[in-house]
Amino acid sequence: MTARPVPNSFRTGADEQGMFGKYGGRFVPETLMPLVLNLERQWREAKGDPAFEAELQQLSTFYVGRPSTLYFADSLTRHLGGAKIYLKREDLNHTGSHKINNCVGQILLAKRMGKTRIIAETGAGQHGVAAATVAAKFGFPCVVYMGITDMERQKPNVARMKLLGADVQAVRSGRSTLKDAMNEALRDWVTNVHDTYYVIGSAAGPHPYPELVRDFQSVIGAEARSQILEREGCLPDVIIAAIGGGSNAIGLFHPFLDDVGVRIIGVEAGGRGLKGVEHCASMSAGRPGVLHGNRTYLLQDDDGQILEGHSISAGLDYPGVGPEHAWLRDSGRVDYVPVFDDEALEAFQLLTRVEGIIPALESAHAIAQAVKIAPSMDANQIIIVNLSGRGDKDVQSVADILNMEI
Amino acid sequence: MNNRIGRRFEELKAEGSAALITYLMGGDPDFDTSLAIMKALPECGSDVIELGMPFSDPLADGAVIQAAGQRALKGGQTLKRTLQLTREFRQVDDQTPVVLMGYFNPIYSYGVDRFLADARDAGIDGLIIVDLSPEMDQELCIPASRAGIDFIRLATPTTDDARLPKVLENASGFVYYVSMNGITGNALPNPVDIAAAVARIQKSTLLPVCVGFGVKTAEQAHVIGRASDGVVVGTAIVSAIADTLDSTGRVVADPVKAVTNLVTELVCGVRQLDRRGRDVSTAI
Repeated sequence: MTARPVPNSFRTGADEQGMFGKYGGRFVPETLMPLVLNLERQWREAKGDPAFEAELQQLSTFYVGRPSTLYFADSLTRHLGGAKIYLKREDLNHTGSHKINNCVGQILLAKRMGKTRIIAETGAGQHGVAAATVAAKFGFPCVVYMGITDMERQKPNVARMKLLGADVQAVRSGRSTLKDAMNEALRDWVTNVHDTYYVIGSAAGPHPYPELVRDFQSVIGAEARSQILEREGCLPDVIIAAIGGGSNAIGLFHPFLDDVGVRIIGVEAGGRGLKGVEHCASMSAGRPGVLHGNRTYLLQDDDGQILEGHSISAGLDYPGVGPEHAWLRDSGRVDYVPVFDDEALEAFQLLTRVEGIIPALESAHAIAQAVKIAPSMDANQIIIVNLSGRGDKDVQSVADILNMEI
Repeated sequence: MNNRIGRRFEELKAEGSAALITYLMGGDPDFDTSLAIMKALPECGSDVIELGMPFSDPLADGAVIQAAGQRALKGGQTLKRTLQLTREFRQVDDQTPVVLMGYFNPIYSYGVDRFLADARDAGIDGLIIVDLSPEMDQELCIPASRAGIDFIRLATPTTDDARLPKVLENASGFVYYVSMNGITGNALPNPVDIAAAVARIQKSTLLPVCVGFGVKTAEQAHVIGRASDGVVVGTAIVSAIADTLDSTGRVVADPVKAVTNLVTELVCGVRQLDRRGRDVSTAI
């Protein structure tokens, strides 16, 4: 590591202003400020309330199906011939991804705050499905904003949301992906602030969302950490997760941040390459700016206009990243690397063939990074990859890309 | 109050009239047309010009102003060119206050100190930055005030009595009361509620309190003007411009005339005059 000053702990943020170093904050219109401040107060209270904790625990165990397993991918390990690869099986959760961890937490907060209507943004539809699921269970009307580009490439999730009773609003602005869906959700929130709770799915948005989403997702890392200690008697050498907004990644990373021997790698969507604008690698190729309530790394032009980006994976197709990741990047604690569309597509097929597990295209980016580094590592070394979601939603898109005859 | 904004509100106070604050998007539909519109605004009675800085992700704006921003960006508008627009406007008008309105990222990207120096030099009098709440005052509000540029604060229906002092603390120029919880271009809520909210804010500040979001017609400008120190009209003006363009954004009618016609009507509303210039302030 370089000569940067190293903090005593990487796990203390955000500060009172909602900042992780210079990142994060509360860059929202005045209309939303009182609500955002109230959410923070309610969240602090809820965290210290044993009844809240008990209800969350109950849902987590019996509704979500936690803990998720830490699976030793022996076939993939043999195939690559190097480090032992473990998969944290968030794909086995109810609704098929890690997104439900956050949604069960936030729906309880919404209930606590007396809100009667739920809104959410979604890219791949995993968060939209999770939000629609908890809304159905708790009897809230739910509106999900989704770009039409994403609705097209993630049709199964659109159908699931509709079956769950959500009103899926097609967003046609911009390139009609996650960024535009988030703009529309924020416009709805500003308009319906009196009765509406906005369930943000990424570890992004104004404070306290990045911290709150991280805390609900940290169950991933906390479980993985104790599972690997029990199984192997030691911590892993490397942990890897894919990053769009970064919720599954911060969930896995956070409990390991102060374990100095654990190398942490976040995988950004390299799209078709970093030279042009057809990628979503905001930390590899962007610079700091302010969008959607926080300061973070963004893909933007010289005038500060946000660029659209591209990824094969709808869930990673976002020009920014959660502010805590921006801070972890600058501090040097986490390495952020790009994986390209074709590498992710290959990893998607590889995991499917050798392990019989179809990963989400988002998670396939993390798998691809393991494929790159495992062969050069020793057989007694350990990698944990966050398998953040299952790939059923991507089957049609991948079949189309591969010109598969069905 | 020794700047253009302060002077303008003092003049209006002496005349007993509310201010008409007119919004246009810088560079919509192109640089030259928006400059021509800007120059025409004071001539037909606009008291303060709010100049929109286009942004790719305007989360507090409705469809009309979103589209205007997109047209401007497509036409090559940048923050630098928006400052240039003001500089050229100042060659013909050194009296009318110009307030920039928009979102923080283009300014942050430009560099706050460099922006403030260039904005001052261009003849900018104030800033309305939608996504900078008082909690983020160190970012731009305090540096702007130090540089002699007013930081106009938004107060909203969700700004309750407990929060109001925080909102007013570093405010300067005037206070912009957002008439509703919502985005630009929505319908105007009940004027009685707006009047009550304005009165509540006026009790806590010496700054003029102006009302925006939802005012589209001369009648509405009249009613809101009676209850406040100023009326902001945005979407209606941007709509009038859009109506002179074809579907590709090409100018097919006269946008300057469309705007001056509308603003002339709005001025009558705000000044409490009918269209023949007779005083109607007691008649309604």
